[in-house]
Amino acid sequence: MESNKGPHGGPGTTIRYAPWPRPADSPPGATGSPVTLRVNDAPVEAEVDHRTTLLDLLRERLALTGSKKGCDHGQCGACTVLVDGRRVNSCLVLAVALDGCDVVTVEGLARTEDADGDLHPLQRAFLERDAFQCGYCTPGQLCSAVGMLAEAQSGQPSVVTDPDLATDGPVPLTDDEIRERMSGNLCRCGAYPHILEAVQDVVS
Amino acid sequence: MASHANALGAPTERREGRAKVTGEALYATEYTPPGCLYAWPVTATVARGRIASLDLDAALALPDVVDVLTPESAPRLAASDDATLAVLQDAKVPHHGWPIAVVIAETIEAARAAAEAVRVTYDTEPHESVLGDDPAAAYRPEEANGGHPAERRRGEPEAAFAAAPVRVDVRYRVPPLHNHPMEPHGATANWHDGRLTVYDSSQGSDTVRSVLAELFGLPEEQVTVISEHVGGGFGSKGTPRPHVVLAAMASVHTGRPVKLTLSRRQLTELVGHRAPTDHRLRLGSDDEGTLASVIHEVTTHTSRVKEFVEQAAVPARVMYGSATSLTDHKVAALDVPTPSWMRAPGEAPGMYALESAVDELAYALDIDPIELRARNEPGQEPDSGLPFSSRHLVECLREGARRFGWADRDARPGIRREGAWLTGTGVASATYPVLVSPSRATVTAHPDGLHVVRVNATDIGTGARTVLAQVAAEALGVDVESVRTEIGSTGLPRAPLAGGSSGTASWGWAVHDASRALAGQLQRHTGPLPPDGLTAAADTKGSADQKSPYARHAFGAHFAEVAVDTDTGEVRVRRLLGVYAVGRVLNARTATSQFIGGMVMGLGMALTERGTVDPASGAFIGSDLAGYHVPAHADVPAIEAHWIDERDEHLNPMGSKGIGEIGIVGTAAAIGNAVHHATGVRFRELPLTPDRVHGGL
Repeated sequence: MESNKGPHGGPGTTIRYAPWPRPADSPPGATGSPVTLRVNDAPVEAEVDHRTTLLDLLRERLALTGSKKGCDHGQCGACTVLVDGRRVNSCLVLAVALDGCDVVTVEGLARTEDADGDLHPLQRAFLERDAFQCGYCTPGQLCSAVGMLAEAQSGQPSVVTDPDLATDGPVPLTDDEIRERMSGNLCRCGAYPHILEAVQDVVS
Repeated sequence: MASHANALGAPTERREGRAKVTGEALYATEYTPPGCLYAWPVTATVARGRIASLDLDAALALPDVVDVLTPESAPRLAASDDATLAVLQDAKVPHHGWPIAVVIAETIEAARAAAEAVRVTYDTEPHESVLGDDPAAAYRPEEANGGHPAERRRGEPEAAFAAAPVRVDVRYRVPPLHNHPMEPHGATANWHDGRLTVYDSSQGSDTVRSVLAELFGLPEEQVTVISEHVGGGFGSKGTPRPHVVLAAMASVHTGRPVKLTLSRRQLTELVGHRAPTDHRLRLGSDDEGTLASVIHEVTTHTSRVKEFVEQAAVPARVMYGSATSLTDHKVAALDVPTPSWMRAPGEAPGMYALESAVDELAYALDIDPIELRARNEPGQEPDSGLPFSSRHLVECLREGARRFGWADRDARPGIRREGAWLTGTGVASATYPVLVSPSRATVTAHPDGLHVVRVNATDIGTGARTVLAQVAAEALGVDVESVRTEIGSTGLPRAPLAGGSSGTASWGWAVHDASRALAGQLQRHTGPLPPDGLTAAADTKGSADQKSPYARHAFGAHFAEVAVDTDTGEVRVRRLLGVYAVGRVLNARTATSQFIGGMVMGLGMALTERGTVDPASGAFIGSDLAGYHVPAHADVPAIEAHWIDERDEHLNPMGSKGIGEIGIVGTAAAIGNAVHHATGVRFRELPLTPDRVHGGL
């Protein structure tokens, strides 16, 4: 690593990571490729193994361990991050496919335009409502909630949205809408009632 | 000083909260020492036999693979009490999922690919992995989990049951259940300069240190185990598990740091599960509902590696008065992964069965189920004859009834219809024993006004840092903001695990004692404090482990409202409410979260969670989070948790009982009883999935 500043070092800092060790007997490019992406507003250039998921790139290469590995199968949502503003399970996305993408992880939420001082309003609401215990699902819940709010704002319905009320405008986020839309993020500590309260605090 | 007297009980915000919502909190495999390698276990695909051959050529030929440890090449371990940790020591395969090799590689991708490239053949033997109806192999163990005698008998319960005018004789079943904490079990091990440093996802790092020292033949001083943040455990991280042994082996073997995380599917076969339980309940009463006989017989399974007996008949020794009683356990050793602790072992499945049967008796008598429980309130603990240190079960039931609106309930089942839905309500009691272990702690007063608490407690999400600061603040008579808590490392004073709802009581007792000793020192001290401050130490050995002349248990009451879709058989929980009598609640905020969390897990136990052993392979199938359904957000309704003001002088200096487990205990029975009230049908096997419910309607 040529710089000890991580991608959370701030906008405008280009950080070059040393090429990933490539097998000497393998022709260059056979099992890895260079990608350039932005992570939390910082450009990242990395040579990635084609098998590397975005989650493993973040956790094992970029020292951004806020995104959690709960299942590695897209079943639990603990790895949820925002890619070009949309929530995705980072364990299901190959890093090599993200050239040119903009990634925001939990470490970057406090610097998004919604941020309120040194925390995103959702982070503050999670603290105020005690919306977690062990904290392992929390980064995914937070990123998922940010993406979910944008989806509802843009008028995307969910399975519990009343079709008769469909308009082009934002979908009102009732408790049932939030419960449904946040169901991709499991919490084994069972903090759901407090997560609901925290998200409602930010909605209203 | 008086202004700080209310530090305990306040809804203080959890101290590590900010680190958790910003992603700064580091869990066991989020430390990456320079030169760190990655390990990936290869696990057995047969239920019983021996490894015949291990072909490593393809795996070792892959790029970035460093080595593959097998039973032939792995470091030899000293014997330990826990046979589940004797991994890679011989070719025997005792159950599906047992580790048979570990790949070590430069990258996580290479380690995983190489694990799949290992070629294994087995000499298999016939296996038996499913607990049948009356397993011939079942025997009565000497003890069940927790050191409880397997069998207890008072009077002649069979004869009393036969003579009782009102009888319930029913069988209830609970399937295997998986803990599935969100953070999979993982460890980062670093063998360097004759020292072993391990970051482990554990509920108690002092035991991990002792066991690793024993297994690797090291003095304990040369082993450090750190568990700073732990992503849940629910019992499955209560003792060292094989992952930490494998990670340490790989580091010792390579001389480099190694990270190892079990995959979600590997978890189910390597970290323990709640064993399935088959319950026969016989309750005999007179016409007024006074119990003459309580008989609770439990059959369960264990593995061939280690005996673990889910003590599911034990709560019947505590709950209700009756002239006679039999509580009994039998266990069959099968070719299955080794069961272990899962939140409220014994109480959770045992109280599901007992509280369902009590509801059946209430219907047989046509007595309100709360009234029936009140009529059988014992004067002392039925099994031991000891007086209760405090017991406010009936108060919990009555307070819950008031809050829930129980008085308006029409007890007739199957009559409330909303279109295709039938609705109903149910109630069940909860109990959990008061456990406490000796602990050490130190507290230091610094010249700048800072107070530092040091104790190797583990915060698995309970808020241990916060509540221990509150304990110290109250005992010292200082502001809680002036107290810093250091926990989560074996470099700190030795402390027991976060388990058995005993952590806060155990650590808090030592923190309290050290704080009081420090307060005395400070009072005697004149002049400015020395630069290093003044320190007091406490060790509660001899006090916390003293046998109490009282029966000490927490109690609670659970209420549920459900709706059952008669077209699909789907059960939806509409409301859950719990009222608890748990001594003094030390942090209103984090306690509420623990109670609610327990109820959510109970909801999963009632409706969705089922571990399934495949008879053909002996494997837990449907073992990841797509096949094993823990409650999702849309499953969870409004939940209320309350407690009554309970003062108990016979517990510990804080006056607290444990709260981490009681929330799960009565929830499944309350939901099951509500489903009966809704539908008029008794379903006696969990979970209440749509196929079962629809088939029964």
